[in-house]
Amino acid sequence: MYRYDEFDHAFVAERVAQFSDQVQRRLAGELSEDAFKPLRLMNGVYLQLHAYMLRIAIPYGTLSSKQMRMLAHVARTYDRGYGHFTTRQNLQFNWPKLSDMPAVLSELATVEMHAMQTSGNCIRNVTADHFAGAAADEVADPRPYAEILRQWSSVHPEFSFLPRKFKIAVTGAERDRAAIQVHDIGLHLKKNDKGEIGFAVYVGGGQGRTPMVAKLIRDFLPEEDLLSYTTAIMRVYNLHGRRDNKYKARIKILVHETGAEELARQVEVEFAQLKDTELKLPEQDVEAITAYFAPPALPARAEGWENLARWKKADPAFARWVQQNVQPHKNPDYGMVTISLKPIGGIPGDASDSQMDSIADIAEEYAFDEIRVSHEQNLILPHVALADLEAVYRGLVAIDLAEANAGLITDIIACPGLDYCALANARSIPVAQEISRRFGNPERQAEIGELKIKISGCINACGHHHVGHIGLLGVEKKGAELYQITLGGSGDEHTSIGEIIGRGFEPEKVTDAIETIVDTYLKIRKDQSEIFLEAYRRVGPQPFKDALYGSAAEAA
Amino acid sequence: MVDKVLTANRLTDGIAVWLDANGAWVTSLQDALVARHAEAVAALEEIGKKAYSDNKVVDVNVIEVQETNGVLWPLRLRERIRAQGPTMEYAPGYAIADPKFIDV
Repeated sequence: MYRYDEFDHAFVAERVAQFSDQVQRRLAGELSEDAFKPLRLMNGVYLQLHAYMLRIAIPYGTLSSKQMRMLAHVARTYDRGYGHFTTRQNLQFNWPKLSDMPAVLSELATVEMHAMQTSGNCIRNVTADHFAGAAADEVADPRPYAEILRQWSSVHPEFSFLPRKFKIAVTGAERDRAAIQVHDIGLHLKKNDKGEIGFAVYVGGGQGRTPMVAKLIRDFLPEEDLLSYTTAIMRVYNLHGRRDNKYKARIKILVHETGAEELARQVEVEFAQLKDTELKLPEQDVEAITAYFAPPALPARAEGWENLARWKKADPAFARWVQQNVQPHKNPDYGMVTISLKPIGGIPGDASDSQMDSIADIAEEYAFDEIRVSHEQNLILPHVALADLEAVYRGLVAIDLAEANAGLITDIIACPGLDYCALANARSIPVAQEISRRFGNPERQAEIGELKIKISGCINACGHHHVGHIGLLGVEKKGAELYQITLGGSGDEHTSIGEIIGRGFEPEKVTDAIETIVDTYLKIRKDQSEIFLEAYRRVGPQPFKDALYGSAAEAA
Repeated sequence: MVDKVLTANRLTDGIAVWLDANGAWVTSLQDALVARHAEAVAALEEIGKKAYSDNKVVDVNVIEVQETNGVLWPLRLRERIRAQGPTMEYAPGYAIADPKFIDV
């Protein structure tokens, strides 16, 4: 894992001291809210419905056990005993006091964590494939490049006051697990014919009120040009991105209005000026940072194969968990474990302080001290010997986090919604909980197969509803909640934006509507291997409209 | 005229509060001072502005409520949730909103 150097330590310590002083001045009445608000936002402090919220950065979703224990400690000491893992691979605390922020940030700094650039019109936490460095299908680990981007973008003077927030995601495999095509910049790490490392560069993707799939503007950008080319994109955006209208200020609107070809041309003009400057990545720096992310030495554990077969035979629940929540590792004696933060009827993404402590213990004992946060609001142990899977499973059963539902219908993404969020129009969590309970039966989930439901409580789309196979958007209509359903969205290498299927559903009817959609899918699919998304893409919306609205479908 | 109360979040901890008849910011909506005519609403707005500029509270708003059998009930769901907390069990030891209060 990346470790702070002296510069990083000093930089974070200085920022903690600066913000602590700002908090003290605010509490003493020396700073007005108007003056303080942009300062607190730069440090991840929001005001929600019930209290302040602190969003902590987890760069590319990578955590050590020590860091996870610190998050548990903060939850226990300064909050209400839990934290919420988000679709941005971050963690949010929902109840911290403003007066405690200096203490919280000081404690976080001791484990090399902070909350900078988790808000504001700057380059946000860079996200990456949660299986980075472990996945069997990976070309190269995307995290060193995400770390280079983090260092470059941290308090970057030119890019701290952009027209709007800016999100970059990096993936290192053909299978896109980082949803790069719905980010402002998506980087797909790949090799060219000569075996050299580079990036396919996508620009202008995003969700929110105007969902857009990113456009490919460079098929292969050499590794050494990562920062110069990214800087060129940022300069074009900073210059031409709209500042007159908040809702049209993201780069996706600029790309849409300018056209991808013309935007790419403008970027190339800037790039020509920057290509051979100090932004060119020195090979030794790339190597030095890559060394931080060297995979752990994984001893041969061939005994796992036989043990695993025996354990699976003896315990069907364990077998189901392995089937669903363990993915192939590049080392055949190992697997990548998804710890589902979606227990049936639970709150998607929430973990208690004691669960966080236990996960830290498990990671330390069985997973080389490494934990990841996925954008699907789960946790990952990227390196677990097959021979240790049974012990890991028992540990997770003990803390109620052994649900075998990764990628299934109850593995639901949900934003905090109107239960917490000041921007929300409708609740998300209770809707997710009811759907989870309705489909919680393990056999039924397995029969339905891969199906991603994503729920947002407002048009800002923190719950990624636009790219849900089934998406739910909560709106307020005549003072009541209503849920609009979209079908056919996807956030992978074949990204698509879901289509609105018809009029919305009241809260008490939305789970029935989901069941109707699922039953329709089960009737029309060719066989069990055709997942919901494939079936939808084959037949289109009409069978689902007919099932949901009957004869009114034509009018919908 | 629809009845109104003054609400905000406390500066120090962000907890939702309402202005009571003694001029104090209290954590129960049910203790709030109710403005029943335009002059009273204008007075609430002035008090809110002063409390904001005095750095006691943030996010100050006058909200609509309905009083039924002595119970104040915000017309907007958002404000009912603010008044009683999240609507699902979220942490041991912390109360959640009463479904009867939340539902229309």
